[in-house]
This record gives sequence, structure tokens and C-alpha cells, in this order.
Amino acid sequence: MSFVSMKKLALLLALMLLVPYGWAKEAAPVAEDPEIERRMIALSEDLRCLVCQNESLAGSRADFANDLRREIREQMHANKSDKEIVDFLVARYGDFVLYRPPVKPSTMFLWFGPFIFLLIGAVLLVVYLKRRRNQIEEPMLSEQQRQQAESLLKESKGNNA
Amino acid sequence: MTRFLLPLAAFIVLVAFLLIGLNLNPRQVPSPLIGKPAPEFRLEQLHESEKMLTSKDNLGKVWLLNVWASWCVSCREEHPVLVELAKSGIVPVYGLNYKDERDLALQWLRQFGDPYTASARDPEGRTGIDYGVYGVPETYVIDKNGVIRYKQIGPVTVEALETKILPLVKELQG
Repeated sequence: MSFVSMKKLALLLALMLLVPYGWAKEAAPVAEDPEIERRMIALSEDLRCLVCQNESLAGSRADFANDLRREIREQMHANKSDKEIVDFLVARYGDFVLYRPPVKPSTMFLWFGPFIFLLIGAVLLVVYLKRRRNQIEEPMLSEQQRQQAESLLKESKGNNA
Repeated sequence: MTRFLLPLAAFIVLVAFLLIGLNLNPRQVPSPLIGKPAPEFRLEQLHESEKMLTSKDNLGKVWLLNVWASWCVSCREEHPVLVELAKSGIVPVYGLNYKDERDLALQWLRQFGDPYTASARDPEGRTGIDYGVYGVPETYVIDKNGVIRYKQIGPVTVEALETKILPLVKELQG
């Protein structure tokens, strides 16, 4: 290999080493402030996108979610607390926007319904097991069978010793 | 016999719950804004950009605020109903042109007719957020004191107009 082509190869390698940095620049975070972006994503993960209702605001690509993320970002820039921002959204879109709805009379069944069903299930299970125990009869041995069993037990004890 | 009745009853209850669940529309999210003052806005008008439309312009009147856009397919569906309503003169209809481009919006109104006394432009959807808009079209009935009394999510149908909106408007106009 000639000296020139070695030089070329070295240059090529050096350029290849730079490639990741080139990419890194291009994939710079969308928001200027990564701290706010992190906070915004953490908050919007617990919020529902009302257009595509099974997606969170953080994960949705709907235009609506985009607008709300922008709104959240702006309010964070304006030093609003997470609670203030959530209250802002609830005032407009209702509790439905929250993936974790607050405990209040209208959501009681949602929160405690599963435990009621668990309780009903447990009671039914206990009742069923108790009834079944009563149904099973103790096996009755005749005198002859008892003696036979005793002698067999003795025999096996003798063998073990 | 009874050992089958209980599971059967439980199954029927389950089916009933599922049927109710299937028939609920998950898009009909009750708006927390009902009974609250309509959020304030001050926006450029669609036709005459130098004029403003504000939420206070209609104090003392019952009015409808219809959120629409030229890109919204269901808006076409409800549009003839709104045009008829506007012709009847029962209640003024104002438009909120949501996240739209001015030229396209104007062209759309030329094509399908313009039922709006005036339309306000909300190109970035900020007023839309204040009104809790998440699916265009949406229509708000606002009373004389500027309080939102009803929200129609999705297109205004003849049925919704006759059974809900018009009776409410008449009652509010009192």
C-alpha cells in the first residue's frame, strides 16, 4: 500500500469517526430547554390525549396533542407548577384528561369497585368451600377393615425398623 | 338446576354491562365549562382582518359559537343545518375558524355558504384550548350573561337542533 493511499485511508477513518457527531447535531432535541422538555414529558405521560383516547399526551402524534404539549411547555417556561398546569387542563377538558382520576363521589365506584368484586368473590369462595366440606362424608370402615388396616400398618412399621 | 342459575345470572349481568359499554360514545366527554362564563377571546375576524371579534360582543344576546375548519370533514355534514338555522334568524351563529388558513376558509364559505354573522380566526388553536375543543366541529350555546349552557360535540344534527339546542335557546331568550 502506497503512502498516499495510507494517508487517504487515515483521512477516511478520521471522517468516519466524526460521523456520530454529525448525526448528533442533526438530532438535537426539539426544545431549547431539555429540563423543561423532560418535565413536560413526565407530566404529559399521565394525561390523556382526547383525540386518540388510548394514547397519552406524551406519546400521541395527533395535532391536538402537539398543541397541548406546546401549551404545557409554555406554561412551564412561565414558571407554572405541575399542579397549576394540570388544573388548567382539567378546567378545560375535565377529569377525563387525567389517567389517574381524583377520588371523589363520582369516581368512587371506579376506585373501589374492584375491591368490592374481590370481596364478593372471597365470600362466595368461603361459602362454597364450607359447603363442600359438609358434603364430603367421612369414609366409614367396618370392624373387619379396621383390623386389616391395623395389621398392615404394624407390618410396615416392623419392616421399617 | 340452581347450580346453573347463578352463573347464568352473573353472565347476563356481564353481558348487560358490556352492551351498555359498547353503546356509550367515548367521544362524548362532558365539558366542565357548562355553567361557567365563556372563556374570553379577542380575535381577528375572518372576512375583515382589521376588525376584531370578542367574547363580550354578544352580551345580552343568546348566541351560538360554532368551531369549524375547512379541513374538517364533519363540518360539511353539519353545514347545511347551520345555513338553514342562520336563515331562520332564530339565533345568531358565530364561527370560530379553528387552526385554518384564511384563504382556504374563505373559499370554503364561498363554496358551501356562510351561516356566520362573523367568524373569528384562531390559527394556532389557542382559543380552542380555552374552550376545551378537541374534535371539530363543536358548538356552544352561550346565554345573555355570557355563560356556556350547552356544548354539542361533533356535528349539529337536525335532531340535536330540534330536541336540545332550539328548546334551550328559546328558554334562554325567554
